[in-house]
Amino acid sequence: MNIGAIKNKAEGEQQPISGPVIVIEHLYKRFGANIVLEDFSLSVEREENVVVLGKSGAGKSVLIKCIIGLLKPDKGKILVFGEDVTSMDEDELAKARTKIGFLFQANALYDSMTVRENLEFPLRRHWTSLGETEVGKMVKEALENVGLTHTSDMMPAELSGGMLKRIALARTLILKPEIILYDEPTTGLDPVTAREIDQLILTLQKKYKTSSIIISHDMNCVRNIADRVILLLEGRCYADGTYKTLESSSDPKINQFFQ
Amino acid sequence: MSIISEAKDFLDQTGQISRFAGRFFSHGLKPKFEIKELLSQCYLIGYKSFPLVGLTGFIMGLVLTMQLRPSLVSYGVQSELPVMVGIAIVREIGPVITALIFAGKIGSSIGAELGSMKVTEQIDSMDVSGTNPFKYLVATRVIATSLMLPILTILGDAVSLFGAYIGVNIKSVTNIRFFFVQVFESLSYSDVLPAVIKTIFFGFAVGLIGCYKGFNSTKGTQGVGSSANSAVVLSSVLIFILDLLTVQLTNLLGLN
Ligand SMILES: Nc1ncnc2c1ncn2[C@@H]1O[C@H](COP(=O)(O)OP(=O)(O)O)[C@@H](O)[C@H]1O
Ligand SMILES: [Mg+2]
Repeated sequence: MNIGAIKNKAEGEQQPISGPVIVIEHLYKRFGANIVLEDFSLSVEREENVVVLGKSGAGKSVLIKCIIGLLKPDKGKILVFGEDVTSMDEDELAKARTKIGFLFQANALYDSMTVRENLEFPLRRHWTSLGETEVGKMVKEALENVGLTHTSDMMPAELSGGMLKRIALARTLILKPEIILYDEPTTGLDPVTAREIDQLILTLQKKYKTSSIIISHDMNCVRNIADRVILLLEGRCYADGTYKTLESSSDPKINQFFQ
Repeated sequence: MSIISEAKDFLDQTGQISRFAGRFFSHGLKPKFEIKELLSQCYLIGYKSFPLVGLTGFIMGLVLTMQLRPSLVSYGVQSELPVMVGIAIVREIGPVITALIFAGKIGSSIGAELGSMKVTEQIDSMDVSGTNPFKYLVATRVIATSLMLPILTILGDAVSLFGAYIGVNIKSVTNIRFFFVQVFESLSYSDVLPAVIKTIFFGFAVGLIGCYKGFNSTKGTQGVGSSANSAVVLSSVLIFILDLLTVQLTNLLGLN
């Protein structure tokens, strides 16, 4: 059985070809008295890269954690491929998550496991019917994609920041998700490594034709990657446009991000 | 004012831990089980703590015997020394010392491990990877600690009795077989069973509190350190409270 067949079997059905892949409607989320999202709406088209800008603490991570079901919004809908994530039970959510990749800001590699075991983890967990040879093949492909085949038996603690980010990216991509959510993929890396990660994200995006939401502060990264930029401010989608239009905006609240 | 707010915190925490325990019984025990992770946790938890449990048990048995001897000699009943020591070890000292050592060793390591997994988003990452972290991390550890502590206690008791034998032997040469026959003849099921059963609850408390503290760890190294630390403190206190409750219960049931 080839991998595509397994994947289709795991998904159980075909997806509609057209229409936005993510639609967020009137999302509200608060933690006690701290109102984080307030009437937030956004939609993401197929193969589109949307960059989310916003100050630290604006609720960018909360937003994408709601999309993948790690946090439950208080109100509002999140449709991923037309199905509402907020009303899914555990099994439906697990199924939906095979189509959504999530790159954590702190990488979140399991530090008690080797690189290989880290990559195998989502594979074995989501697609329990996968055989040893297929798992091996997919791990090898994932490591080749990020140029780190030699690290497969190393522990995360032995790797540098840039390498960890690559391994985390490889683990996110190993399930061939159709949507990827990146939480500050280049924050904390030196400029050269950050550029390399940007390039890698773009290359892999073209190769696997994914749609994505990218949280970033790095304007070089934004210019390179974004098809569309939105600004998350006071819980809302304050601005929405291409990099060029937002860059030339006269609104100081938008402008401050482009200096 | 601060007493009131502290009391409120205490009650808050008690409520949260009860809810955490409730989640263990309602979700954690449902299929499918993480058998592989459970076995590996049992092995790690048992294997990691046995040397320490053995060492402390041996010393406790030896010291207890040497301390009790003069009193018994003054009453002229030193021949009863093995019986006295045997009952003290099996009914109380073995279970409680083993559980406290276990809390220090395993409670803190669970608190620190899960705490650092929490703050580095590894727990969220498991969730996203089609794995229920509560089942994979919490249920396996709580079951493993509940199963392993009774076994460790029995092994610890045995080593401790051997220490007691050495203690007896220092002053008056005794046959080891004779010593153990004397100990076992004086012990009944009502001495052994409640003592072993209570360690299941001790183990449950250590695992549950360690996991609870880890899962609720706050960001930063200090957050992880303090969850490890408070896991040990809280589970040690709980061990004494549970010990008090079981002695009352066995009294009520007339198991003395
Ligand atoms: N699990 C949580 N519990 C309580 N508050 C949270 C939680 N996650 C985030 N917050 C709060 O939500 C706000 C937005 O956080 P976040 O989305 O992480 O910001 P950022 O835009 O920098 O990613 C912050 O004030 C943060 O304290
Ligand atoms: Mg963030």
